[in-house]
Amino acid sequence: MNIVVLVKQVPDSGSERKLDPSDNTVARASADNVINEMDEYAIEEALTVRDAQGGEVTVLTVGPDSATDAIRKALSMGADKAVHVVDDALHGSDALQTSAVLAAALSQLEYDLVLCGAEATDSQMSVMPALLAERLGIPQLSGARKLTVEGSTAKIERQTDGGYWAVEAPLPAIVSTWDTINEPRYPSFKGIMAAKKKPVETKSLADLGVDPSTVGLGSATSQVLDFAGRPPKGEGVKVTDEGDGAQKFVDYLASQKIV
Amino acid sequence: MAEVLVLVELNPTGSGVRKTTLEALTAARALGEPSAVVVAGPGTAAGVKDALAEYGAATVYVAESPEVDDYLVAPKAEVLAQLVAEKSPAAVVIPSSPEGKEIAGRLAVKTNSGFLTDVTEITADGTATQVAFAGATIVHSKVTAGTPIYTLRGNSVTPEPAPAAGAEQAVSVSLSDSAKLARVVDRVVEQKSSRPELTEASIVVSGGRGVASAENFSIIEALADSLGAAVGASRAAVDSGFYPHTFQVGQTGKTVSPQLYVAVGISGAIQHRAGMQTSKTIVAINKDPEAPIFELADFGIVGDLNTVVPAATEQITARKG
Repeated sequence: MNIVVLVKQVPDSGSERKLDPSDNTVARASADNVINEMDEYAIEEALTVRDAQGGEVTVLTVGPDSATDAIRKALSMGADKAVHVVDDALHGSDALQTSAVLAAALSQLEYDLVLCGAEATDSQMSVMPALLAERLGIPQLSGARKLTVEGSTAKIERQTDGGYWAVEAPLPAIVSTWDTINEPRYPSFKGIMAAKKKPVETKSLADLGVDPSTVGLGSATSQVLDFAGRPPKGEGVKVTDEGDGAQKFVDYLASQKIV
Repeated sequence: MAEVLVLVELNPTGSGVRKTTLEALTAARALGEPSAVVVAGPGTAAGVKDALAEYGAATVYVAESPEVDDYLVAPKAEVLAQLVAEKSPAAVVIPSSPEGKEIAGRLAVKTNSGFLTDVTEITADGTATQVAFAGATIVHSKVTAGTPIYTLRGNSVTPEPAPAAGAEQAVSVSLSDSAKLARVVDRVVEQKSSRPELTEASIVVSGGRGVASAENFSIIEALADSLGAAVGASRAAVDSGFYPHTFQVGQTGKTVSPQLYVAVGISGAIQHRAGMQTSKTIVAINKDPEAPIFELADFGIVGDLNTVVPAATEQITARKG
């Protein structure tokens, strides 16, 4: 069972995140960059399936040089090797362009299963499994809170409002995982040391056979025209409950014509 | 007038369309004349056609087949791609559910078009508004390739009736093999609730770590019920096992944008703000006067939720008589 896990380095969602006013792309250089939190669940799931069924876990990322930190994190958790697509021409690529690059990279790898987090905390689009399934002609099993791989079939419970859908598909398939699926392990000291020796292959767009003019900001399929900080809210009212808190709350709702 | 395709999102729990569909029809009118697209099992369109016409659908494309609901996402994208090729619409607008965003993505690949997800407004020139980074940044974007595809975030647009013809037009459905790979074998409802759905509720009452136990969430539910609200929970409350993950509001949960958001016993970490910052009015109840949630609140009460919330519930219920 060969598994490829897609990871993305993102600006830490717990710190202040910005767009770069020079070209309206995510300001990555100045940010506190971390592995997308949701990807850790996908890595954990990949390791679980590999440990039960054998095979290898390959980490695949598209991102600048600094994304090696995200790769090391995945390798230190226990993934076997990594492919890092890095090319200056990629700067400013949108989700569609990135999916074309990932699809090209996946086409050079052997996989039965592709795993990824159900969303990246920076863009929050949750579309990569759909885009890759469409490009690669493989089934999309997205939004999983549970994954079972039996023979050549993958089955998931797709999380929905108030329940789940049971969805199954033949392998190879792409599965995305929510944070309800498992509890990701912390890298052990041994894992961190071992990660330093694991192979990380760097690939350029030329290595993937992707025409650089089809990616990056210049040929993106959508464009950010402008951005601004949310206008600050007017100073709110704050009262301290002295036995009348509920009354004041209800009075406020009444003043807003809510009750 | 240019035609704009609007994908109909059906109510999963019963008959009729979701409010998000009416919102999408309303937003689509900025771009042209909306046509509704029903992709569902046989006999579905008959029950929803009138509502679609009332909210501005000049045409209702009916793509009914027993197969389309058997597979995840791909069939709907395929039907829409077929219509985009036949009708050359000015744009496509899809409600921004998880499935809606995935349909938009597949459609974008199929039609070589750009797409924008979770937009909150669309103007006549095609410019869309999105909120980024936990609601802290407001972005204006435009699609620059192919047929612009938008997914519209729930509760961003107020549905307004604009009666139109709603002329039915049948669309033949013949799915490719690649649309029939991920089979939906069962749909399981675990939590039946009479409360409104979290992302479309006009009022949301959420509890956090301060609620202190699963049992005590009953006071959150009681307040919600007195207001006809949905119940939400912060990640801290969900991680502590107080309330199911389905109801989590925040970065790794649902994003809500109701008229009124009541945060009870929630400190207001960035994780949580990401899911509720765009609410129209925010009320916070917290015993810690320094809790960051008060920075967001239009009205804040520093006090013990265990006394304030039940008393407020009682008064609201009494007011309703």
